Amino acid sequence: MKKKLLAAIMAAVMVAGLTACGSAPAEEAAAPATEEAAPAEEAAPAEEEAPAEEAAPAEEAAPAEEAAPAESTGETIKVGIINNDPNESGYRTANDKDLKAMFVAENGYDASFAYSNKNDEQIAAAQKFIQDGVDYLLLSAADTAGWDSVLKDAQDAGIRVILFDRTIDADESLYEASIVSDMAKEGETAVEWLKGQGLEEYNIIHLQGVMGSAAQQGRTGALDAAVASDGWNLVTQQTAEWNAEKAQQIVQSVIDSGESFNVIYAENDDMAKGAVAALDKANIPHGVGKDVIIMGFDCNKWALEELLAQNWNYDGQCNPFQASYIDDIIKTIQGGGTVAEKTIIMDEKGFDATTITQEEVDAYGI
Amino acid sequence: MKSKETNKSSVAELFSKIVRRQIFIPIAALLLLAIFNLVTDPSFYKITFGYNSAGNPVLSGYLMTILDSGSELAILAIGMTLVTAATGGQDISVGAAIAISGSVILRVLCGTNSRPETLQAPIIVAFLAACIVAMLFGAFNGALVAYFRIQPMVATLILFTAGRSIAAWINNNELPIINEPSFGYFGGFIPGIPIPTPFFIAVVCMIIIALVLRFTNLGLYTQAVGINESSSRLNGLNPAFIKFLTFVILGLCVAVAGLIKVSRFSTINYSVIAKDIEMDAILAVALGGNALSGGKFNMAASILGAYVIQFLTTTLYKFNVQSDALPAYKAVVVIVLVVLSAPIVREWLSGVWKKIKPEGHVKEVG
Repeated sequence: MKKKLLAAIMAAVMVAGLTACGSAPAEEAAAPATEEAAPAEEAAPAEEEAPAEEAAPAEEAAPAEEAAPAESTGETIKVGIINNDPNESGYRTANDKDLKAMFVAENGYDASFAYSNKNDEQIAAAQKFIQDGVDYLLLSAADTAGWDSVLKDAQDAGIRVILFDRTIDADESLYEASIVSDMAKEGETAVEWLKGQGLEEYNIIHLQGVMGSAAQQGRTGALDAAVASDGWNLVTQQTAEWNAEKAQQIVQSVIDSGESFNVIYAENDDMAKGAVAALDKANIPHGVGKDVIIMGFDCNKWALEELLAQNWNYDGQCNPFQASYIDDIIKTIQGGGTVAEKTIIMDEKGFDATTITQEEVDAYGI
Repeated sequence: MKSKETNKSSVAELFSKIVRRQIFIPIAALLLLAIFNLVTDPSFYKITFGYNSAGNPVLSGYLMTILDSGSELAILAIGMTLVTAATGGQDISVGAAIAISGSVILRVLCGTNSRPETLQAPIIVAFLAACIVAMLFGAFNGALVAYFRIQPMVATLILFTAGRSIAAWINNNELPIINEPSFGYFGGFIPGIPIPTPFFIAVVCMIIIALVLRFTNLGLYTQAVGINESSSRLNGLNPAFIKFLTFVILGLCVAVAGLIKVSRFSTINYSVIAKDIEMDAILAVALGGNALSGGKFNMAASILGAYVIQFLTTTLYKFNVQSDALPAYKAVVVIVLVVLSAPIVREWLSGVWKKIKPEGHVKEVG
């Protein structure tokens, strides 16, 4: 008897949940609920009408109620943003902050966020956003494959898709634009800089990121090409998996072996930091005008400060600030225009310790 | 004739005794690695005396690297051995818990500013706070296992999944950096002492656990609970509490390891700090010849096992093995060890020895 009652209640709840999903703008019921509460609350005070007051406190229990104010104003653009976990790295944290700052009610947006590093969870979140009837779906895919069908659903529902940070293996017609970093170009910029140093010989310790990641492939590819063409010597080429401690152990191992080297090419700042820790322990001078050249990527603020102090030599940018690009595209589409380029490559710089300024540290540090 | 026979059997017995002694496994593994390195490159054992960039004396060389980097693992192995013995399961959340306790330390030291000029609290206060937090999380795991009778791996899976996000949340997702040099002593060198501090910390932990095992019934009780829970209850023990206690002790070990980890670079990276260390800690316990199904344990063997793992890692780095291939090599070691430590194989081995040895021995006596 009890079980039957329970089943009946559960069935009722599920039906209620489904109907609610049909009209709700924000999807509090979904897994990434914690992060979504914030933008939803921000959105609420901006509405002039009374229902907003109700919506804020009631949002957890009944997402459906929120539908009223959002629809009534008409001007707000509903965006569903699917991103990787902001804790993943400093890059992602900066990226998420940038998006959160851009897609707020003041700028005419009603944004919902979903986070996952897993493709299947991201796809589930995308399906949820499509059901909720967002206007735009912004996507930084965890994995390149498997997006075709869900993006087709989005297209059928009239939802525009904009990719940021990462590309996917899907037909170009399925999305409006893709805003990406060109990792290979980042690597080339760095390698060009290194060539420009005119060292007598290049004995390089190459610390790679997680093998197979786009950043690793792009940054490794450029160096490998230069090694092949210019006769540079790779003392060691190891993946430290973005991890400072592994990088330290790898560099320590080279130092212990007594091999000489004069360049450390680390594919992110953390690994450069680990390498420097090993050098400091062995009292090997590094930085501008010293024995060993230190190169990092990502432009963490603390890393740029190391550049400013001339302890490191070079840091390549991986631009996490895509929100303004996305905003431009949405404005263009809303205004009836078309996006000229499908793939938009962001400007990315490389910083040299001899020329970097405090202003640059403040502006580009993440 | 009679005396010969007793001689015969005593040598065979001695050998089978040695083989059966638990600590034989890690020692054999250590010897194997040591001989391998001695044959391939004796310079592996070279230790040089020098000064680091801060002008402090340091000893360096592969052996020092092993003592340095293996220490966190040795500390974790202490707690993991107790948990394994009492519950017959393992805690897979130690890496995430290290991220949490490290994050707490930095949070207390930094206060609200992520780049403090001066420490906002004494290091000891931060460490004690981390101890309390880590023990609370240990208690959480312990309660799930002991009182709710959830499988240890499943229970700790919760923290394994959530831990790094919690760690990031503690610091508002910022990356605190500590400039105070004295904070770096715990993961580096104390000025004037050329041996890495983590080793001293590990030794202190070993002494404490040795004293605890010697002067309290902790060892006896955990083994009793691990061997037969109901009979230990009939003998007046409280098995649930003992299990709970082992997780809290592991929490304490985690806090100590967390201090060393964050001290190494005076900062933290939530997603990669102490990554996969739980697997190494479990491997250390297995390498120590302890049954992963609980019951009897040998603490010294576990600790030695931890250093053997680091010995293996350092050896592989020395031979430039791709570090993403390291787990595969470790897997081979695990397979060999697990097979060797199986009672059937050991019986068989000592049986084989008995067959071979007596003849040689007779000659000797003759």
